[in-house]
Amino acid sequence: MALLILFTVVCLAVSLVVDQRKTMTGVKRGLDMFLNVLPALLAILALVSVALYLVPEPLIIEFLGRRSGVLGVLIAAAVGAIALIPPFIAFPLANILHSKGVSYSVVAVFVTSLIMVGFVTLPLEIRYFGKKAALLRNALSLIAAIIIGGLIGLFL
Amino acid sequence: MKVVKRYFWVIIFVLFSTGSLLLGFEPGELIYRNFTQFLLELVAFLPLMFLLVGLFDVWVPKEAIEKHIGGRSGFAGAFWVILLAMLQAGPLYAAFPVAYLLSKKGASVRNIFIYIGAFSCLKLPLLTFEVSFLGWRFMLLRSLFTLPLFIVIGLIMERVLGQGYKVKAG
Repeated sequence: MALLILFTVVCLAVSLVVDQRKTMTGVKRGLDMFLNVLPALLAILALVSVALYLVPEPLIIEFLGRRSGVLGVLIAAAVGAIALIPPFIAFPLANILHSKGVSYSVVAVFVTSLIMVGFVTLPLEIRYFGKKAALLRNALSLIAAIIIGGLIGLFL
Repeated sequence: MKVVKRYFWVIIFVLFSTGSLLLGFEPGELIYRNFTQFLLELVAFLPLMFLLVGLFDVWVPKEAIEKHIGGRSGFAGAFWVILLAMLQAGPLYAAFPVAYLLSKKGASVRNIFIYIGAFSCLKLPLLTFEVSFLGWRFMLLRSLFTLPLFIVIGLIMERVLGQGYKVKAG
């Protein structure tokens, strides 16, 4: 995070020194793009906040904890795809799951699906990529998550 | 009026949260707390990301991107986008504007989706987190298995969407 700030400040400073007008054009373009997606983004975050309230962590743990095998993998993939949990919550959660006896392969499916597939951010993704590409990318990623779980299961 | 329309759902949410806080409606308060957490993440990453995207847009010539990660860039192109993705941070939606810019500057369809894949799975801040909670073996194995899979996803996406496909400005 600090690195990102430092990097941005350095880029901005260098850019300003070399060409002020070009820099202003760039900053304005970035700002325009930001303001353009901001309403959609905030609405999605609000939606996600409601979803996270309706399906809290203990429920996820209980849900994934009792199941194993193929059904466990499928449920993990589905929960991971629907939930939008930032990594700083997701990995501690994965750790808890494993300590409760959930296999590494189910944990891997859950984590991978969580970071690659975004059901709730789909409207945003469609704005950038179009419906076909967004749906296809998410579907393929979901399949990938399940394959990764299977492979992890062979080794851990 | 236009602003009200664009921010309709946001305004509804703000009213709901304010009401909940004033009346002590507990579910509303919890939802609001979730929201502020996400908002912090958004405020921390996105403005900087867009600023960089804007600067990138005016400074990096199209030819350079086309040459290094364009249609004929091969493995080297994939390597560059993966490296770029690994050095970044933030939620997946922060990668979308970057993908737009790469696309605009002539990156190949394959490399755009390899970039998205690497951003979601292999960024260094994520991996450090993964190591501390799930261990080295898990992190290395997952990364190792993920890498070829999202390259395949990139290839499939290019095949299906065609080489003329472009990411939109959002």
